[in-house]
Amino acid sequence: MDLFEYQGKQYFARYDIPVSKGDVAVTVDQAVAAADAAGYPVVVKAQVQVGGRGKAGGIKLANNADEVRTHAGNILGMDIKGHVVKRVWVENASDIAEEYYASFTLDRGAKKHLLMLSKEGGVEIEEVAATNPAAILMLHIDPVDGLFAAGAMKAAVDAKIPEKAQQGVADILVKLYRCFVEGDCDLAEINPLILKPTGEVHALDAKVSLDANADFRHPEWEEFKATEELDAREKLAREKGLQYIGLEGTVGIIANGAGLAMSTLDVVNQVGGTAANFLDIGGGANADLMASALEVINSDKAVKSIFINIFGGITRGEEVAKGIVEALGRVDLRAPIVIRLDGTNAEEGRSILANAGIPESKLTSKPTMLEAAEAAVALAK
Amino acid sequence: MAIFVDQNTKVIVQGLTGGQGKYHGLRNKAYGTQVVAGVTPGKGGTDVEGIPVYNSVAEAVAATGATASFVTVPPKAASAAILEAAAAGISFIVCITEGIPAQDEARTYNTLVRDFPKVRLLGPNCPGIISPGKCNIGITAGEIAELPSASGPNVGIVSRSGTLTYQALYELKQRGIGVSTCVGIGGDPVPGTSFIDCLREFQNDPETHAIIMIGEIGGSAEEEAAEFIKANVTKPMSAYIAGVTAPAGKKMGHAGAIVSGGKGTAQGKMDALRDAGVKVGQNPTEAGSLMAEIVAGLR
Repeated sequence: MDLFEYQGKQYFARYDIPVSKGDVAVTVDQAVAAADAAGYPVVVKAQVQVGGRGKAGGIKLANNADEVRTHAGNILGMDIKGHVVKRVWVENASDIAEEYYASFTLDRGAKKHLLMLSKEGGVEIEEVAATNPAAILMLHIDPVDGLFAAGAMKAAVDAKIPEKAQQGVADILVKLYRCFVEGDCDLAEINPLILKPTGEVHALDAKVSLDANADFRHPEWEEFKATEELDAREKLAREKGLQYIGLEGTVGIIANGAGLAMSTLDVVNQVGGTAANFLDIGGGANADLMASALEVINSDKAVKSIFINIFGGITRGEEVAKGIVEALGRVDLRAPIVIRLDGTNAEEGRSILANAGIPESKLTSKPTMLEAAEAAVALAK
Repeated sequence: MAIFVDQNTKVIVQGLTGGQGKYHGLRNKAYGTQVVAGVTPGKGGTDVEGIPVYNSVAEAVAATGATASFVTVPPKAASAAILEAAAAGISFIVCITEGIPAQDEARTYNTLVRDFPKVRLLGPNCPGIISPGKCNIGITAGEIAELPSASGPNVGIVSRSGTLTYQALYELKQRGIGVSTCVGIGGDPVPGTSFIDCLREFQNDPETHAIIMIGEIGGSAEEEAAEFIKANVTKPMSAYIAGVTAPAGKKMGHAGAIVSGGKGTAQGKMDALRDAGVKVGQNPTEAGSLMAEIVAGLR
């Protein structure tokens, strides 16, 4: 789950990472009140989960309430690369002497935590990595060891952070690492991490991505979930407990297992079609789940045909077939289904489908993934 | 021969008294696996259809001499269960638990590396391992695995995805090609066992004559495997990578399956494997046909 900047800053604040005084606003009046409380000048920042906000006019400096009114009015409702701005973050503007970069992620290759620290902040880190890789310190941290004051100080020195900022950067690294580990982040990034003319080091931005698997130990994440930006199909799928990702195509996809679902998307693409979604129904594939999956797919008006791709391992073919027949009785589908049922007891399953009295205009069965994909794509054209 | 597990492997099930543990533990036993004990704290002295249950892994190991464990406990308890097994002398741990926080996985993995370097963890979030006809630990349906033939050639399977592991087994069964061992390494960010670990074992296993590898988008495990194959694997291989059409920035079900920052794409992985001499199929069936051609050449 990706957090908005303001949520990231609120999350940072829980771990004592210094952030600017500010508040979130959904209306112009709220923005003015937030600015009054934060102290002028302020920065009004669009809250969208996409890069390039500044260039799109989504970040503005305001010296007084009138300017806040103007900027907040312009930014709220603005469309930035397809993301409509629903909230702005208004914070006290900081004087900036220098800009650095710091982040923690899990390096899957090394199976260790990775600190990236650079004195070249304020720009896309990918850009720094491409043009001046030597300017980024990449330090692996064994999760069993952790990162403490001495290690953080050494990192700051090794990254050639200027001496006057080393202590401040090291302090923040220790806190950010705690936030990353105890806060169960997939990513905790500060860009820019600034040095003020007064000598303090401070997080001017916050990019935080949370690990959904750790949800059970973070009741404080509830408020973040309320603002998560899902499309209507994704919302419905989540309510039904399905792994669903909305895409732009016309063939609705239902498969059991994430790998098989990805593979189904690929095969549809190979035979000239486009998938409307990724949907992993999981190992069970019973009637309830199947009905829910069909309901979600049916809510997508772009869907012209539905490809159900089930491989029976432990789940037997006849159980899957019974589930589909029952689900068809409960959901009135707009689009025809093509099914490929394979694996354990697939033949019994296919004969149940064939003898269920479902007209061929509504459901056809194909023996292989490729043939089923071809049939589904033909129906979607 | 087979890799990691065979007919002599004695297995305990941590979580045998739970719904999933009982179901899969009994299935594994029915397949012929030596499931010798279960472990559930507080339920020691009871049994599950004749399989004795102990309070701790240490007690179960002392009583049965088990060397492998099947961990099927909820995400909150999984890390502790894995470390308990390692401390009790278990050398091969299969964890099928889905939904373990990445931070826990990273800490557990590195604790094993440091304190129990001889212990191998398979998973978490994996379908398990099957050496057909000998031992099945996990959730694979044994009937879809073709038995290895004494005269060969037999194929080893290593896969990051559950259902695609079954698909690979099935492709081989339909073609009558024997399987030495099939390993599902799982799709989580910090898998205990990597492609490379399995490839090394398959390369050294006299009963394995060719290898199928099933990968997916995200991370760099396939690219690292390709480097290893180039340098160390002489046995012929076919492969398939799922997720060619997956959009960037979206997690495709598995915690690990995500294309980010232009890295971890299916195309990059396929290119790396081809460059290492692996025959790469566009879908699982094609990977199966390519393997059939390889096997025909070996016969």
